[in-house]
Amino acid sequence: MKSESSRERIVRRAARELRDGFYVNLGIGMPTLVANHIPPGMTVILQSENGLLGIGPFPEEGNEDPDLINAGKQTITEIPGSVYFHSADSFAMIRGGHVDLTVLGGMEVDQEGNLANWMVPGKMVKGMGGAMDLVAGARRVVVMMTHTTKEGEPKILRKCRLPLTGLKVVHRIITDLAVIDVTAKGLVLKEVAPGITGSQVRSATEADLLIDEASLVTFSA
Amino acid sequence: MNKVISGAAEAVERIPEGSVILMGGFGLCGIPENLIAALRAKGTRNLTVVSNNAGVDDFGIGILLQSRQVRKMISTYVGENDIFERQCLSGELEVELVPQGTFAERLRAAGAGIPAFYTPTGVGTPVAEGKEVREFDGRRYLLERGLRGDFAFVKAWKGDRLGNLIYRKTARNFNPLMAAAATVTITEVEELVEPGALDPDAVATPGIYVDAIFQGRDYEKRIEQRTYRPKGGAGA
Repeated sequence: MKSESSRERIVRRAARELRDGFYVNLGIGMPTLVANHIPPGMTVILQSENGLLGIGPFPEEGNEDPDLINAGKQTITEIPGSVYFHSADSFAMIRGGHVDLTVLGGMEVDQEGNLANWMVPGKMVKGMGGAMDLVAGARRVVVMMTHTTKEGEPKILRKCRLPLTGLKVVHRIITDLAVIDVTAKGLVLKEVAPGITGSQVRSATEADLLIDEASLVTFSA
Repeated sequence: MNKVISGAAEAVERIPEGSVILMGGFGLCGIPENLIAALRAKGTRNLTVVSNNAGVDDFGIGILLQSRQVRKMISTYVGENDIFERQCLSGELEVELVPQGTFAERLRAAGAGIPAFYTPTGVGTPVAEGKEVREFDGRRYLLERGLRGDFAFVKAWKGDRLGNLIYRKTARNFNPLMAAAATVTITEVEELVEPGALDPDAVATPGIYVDAIFQGRDYEKRIEQRTYRPKGGAGA
């Protein structure tokens, strides 16, 4: 099991991808928690693909509304200035390149920026939901995940082994160990977690990693 | 013109076995509860159901799976339903999984008389198998077909006798798209009103798409994931 602190570290680092004025879609699960760390004073509008721009905090008990949920089917609230629309409008926003950033979970990412996060052959396939549209349409795609599987196997690979969600779609990978960018030259290690070295990241990564020790920074947890 | 019918039982009378039925809703939000219950009571079989999700075991589309009335589901995500999983693994139930934006656009296209369209979603993935790929301006796209139904089950908040509909919050979701994409569209509303009572600027589904409408009853509006913040606290 991944510890609470590594999960928290990934979430906090992912929140630093937000910029004032961004329209952002956060994936189900761990990415949803990024909303708890929007820096004070920054305006970020969260999109929910089931038809809302302007997700607010979870409701207080007793104020939940069955007509107001997020894509994870959780009860939520709306912020002042929020707007509702149907699903084709919602995905026009996504596929038309109007969403500035999406943050999604991942099972595997490879050095070409391919992402696999929806099916494991031999296991029950539950569906891709909106993930394929988000990675194909959002202007920037950030994947947040633990650096390795529970068994310690690398998830950042030379080539994805699982069926893909999107082809050459990932811009940045944020893990409990590192921040890695997908570039035309390959994967570039940009940041390491506190107490982690470049060579530790390399040994936990199957893909080739370009490391410039001089420019490597440590991200705060 | 009279589109008003007595209720869900009358609506499902005319639905033959083997029909393709579009059903609005996202999770259990904005689902046609009355029509699903009536279809279960009538026992119409061999159905193809087009809906974003498959309900839960004992509510929503789940109750039609329980009674083995569904032969095929076309959906985007089906993870909340154990009966679905069992029938799917045993081969009893056929499933077509569609990316959600493609799913929405296939319905929109069908309703707008567009037989097919190109989308970047799914290129290079299992979704692309067997589909035409074409390049525009240096990027590859898949050809996807419009998705029509014989019937649509639509749930709206308020509707008038002419079939004009308004929705509430995220309960809108796929309902307006499905209303336009079926041969026969049947709508249940929480409140049936007289023409003129709805603000014409607020109508999300114009009545031209609606064939039959009735006042629904006994809405449960079940919540799948009750999520709260602490009293007085923040958090999303």
